[in-house]
Amino acid sequence: MVQAISAYKLDETGRGIASARARWRLPSSAGRYALGTLLPLGLLGLWALAAERAWAPAQILPPPRLVLGTIIELVSSGELLNNYLISLGRVAGGFAVGATLGALLGGAMGLSPRLEKYLFPSFNALSQVPVLGWLPLAMMVFGIGESLKIVIIAQASLVPVAVNVLGGIRRVPAQYLEVARVFELTRGQLLRRVVLPATVPSLFVGVRYGLTLGWLSLVTVELLASSEGLGFLIVWGRQLFQLDLVLAAIVSVGVVGLLLDKGLALLEARLLRWRPEASWGGGKAAAS
Amino acid sequence: MSIARDRKPGVIRVAGLSHAYVLPLVLIVAWELSTRLGLVNTRLLVPPTRVLAAAWRELQQGGIVAPLAASLGRDLGGAALGSLLGVLVGSIMGVSRRWEHVLGPSFHAAKQVAIFAWIPLMSVWLGTGELAKVVFIALSAFYPVALNTFEGVRSVSPAHVEVARVFSFTRAQVFRRVVLPGAAPSIATGVKLGLVYAWLGTIGAEYLLAAAPGIGNLMIDGRESFQMDKVLLGVIIVGAVGFAISALATSLETRLLRWRA
Repeated sequence: MVQAISAYKLDETGRGIASARARWRLPSSAGRYALGTLLPLGLLGLWALAAERAWAPAQILPPPRLVLGTIIELVSSGELLNNYLISLGRVAGGFAVGATLGALLGGAMGLSPRLEKYLFPSFNALSQVPVLGWLPLAMMVFGIGESLKIVIIAQASLVPVAVNVLGGIRRVPAQYLEVARVFELTRGQLLRRVVLPATVPSLFVGVRYGLTLGWLSLVTVELLASSEGLGFLIVWGRQLFQLDLVLAAIVSVGVVGLLLDKGLALLEARLLRWRPEASWGGGKAAAS
Repeated sequence: MSIARDRKPGVIRVAGLSHAYVLPLVLIVAWELSTRLGLVNTRLLVPPTRVLAAAWRELQQGGIVAPLAASLGRDLGGAALGSLLGVLVGSIMGVSRRWEHVLGPSFHAAKQVAIFAWIPLMSVWLGTGELAKVVFIALSAFYPVALNTFEGVRSVSPAHVEVARVFSFTRAQVFRRVVLPGAAPSIATGVKLGLVYAWLGTIGAEYLLAAAPGIGNLMIDGRESFQMDKVLLGVIIVGAVGFAISALATSLETRLLRWRA
């Protein structure tokens, strides 16, 4: 999430260092993409060579062709899509629960200093435990069925959403509130017209962290205790000692990560377009 | 309408110390009472006093100190390795645009894979012992450190680099005397994040790779033998260690960066 901003602003600031070597001509954008493919192509070549010469047994290092074949097979048989839908469905369900609860909790604490005084220390203490720390406990209470996955994702996304909503409300500029007082807005108006819009960028930061963390947790839960989903596909391939399947599934996990990352960036830019800074990538900066 | 503003969390914690204890106390008393009165399944929800008893029992039998030491050892070893590599790769990409173009796309592509997904693959190539665990923990710490180092190096003021060149610093001198100190706050942020992720990685690696002493295994064992007190004890330890690590990292950061003020 951070690199997206730097890509814009650092073209100027970074020049100071880059120009220390002005004799290195900056490559054109085509050349730049070519440079970017060097490493993957090199690795691929080395991998193909290693597999061909059988430097390592095929069980440990399946040839790239086999992995590609496995991916194609997984796609065409619909097995991959099926597992995608299962994993994404879990994320969507768990995230909906966690983000809603988190927004309510953060909003309540932000609007009521008294509630915050009583609740925040406990909330803060509980959120020190990493999501995975709760996993064995959750497995005992909820079993290893579908509810376990929903609970873990919900819990993973609740904390970042609540923290960021709370922070967003705390940071509503004082001038806004003053203007609202001058215009004699009612509580409801103040909430809807001032506090809510001012909190949206911060809420989005929470949503992004929450989804990322939720996805990470789900993959882990699926690795540990599941009989379907992308994480399970990896474990299954490992158990069968079919590394082509393992690698294909890892690539699929990466594709989900990419989609989440890019999709959220797009959505955020769109949602925050009304803000004057948003057109300058201000929305992106808020995500850092 | 009142809105809590301009208050740092730390300030609240000090000012509202007594409020802070109300909720936990009420919860713990309710929890203890509900188990005593038989309102809940005590196999699932053990009373807090039994968690304390389990802590005492495990402490005496050495069931906490040794696993904790093992976990912390691999956590810090992995974090150190990952941070070093992260600073190295982040600096290379930050200083040289060419290297950024070469490494950047692969770096960002690899970063998209939810990190625990690599564990089964690593277990084939590196085994399921200590090596695989430490390598995985290093990988967890690597990404945030590399990313923040890169950001930090790129945000070094061009004016400072200019001055250094006027004084005809060599390239190594520019890096050591100008770029690295300029990027230090960002690197520190990266290392702090790296430590958080390394601890998460430690727990995950202990769950997913073969059993060895560790806090993660303490919890897995507790779950398998259905000892809820042991599992809850593990949750508390994992949280406390996570908190201690980030608190230590923060105080170390302020101390190390004091010269900037």
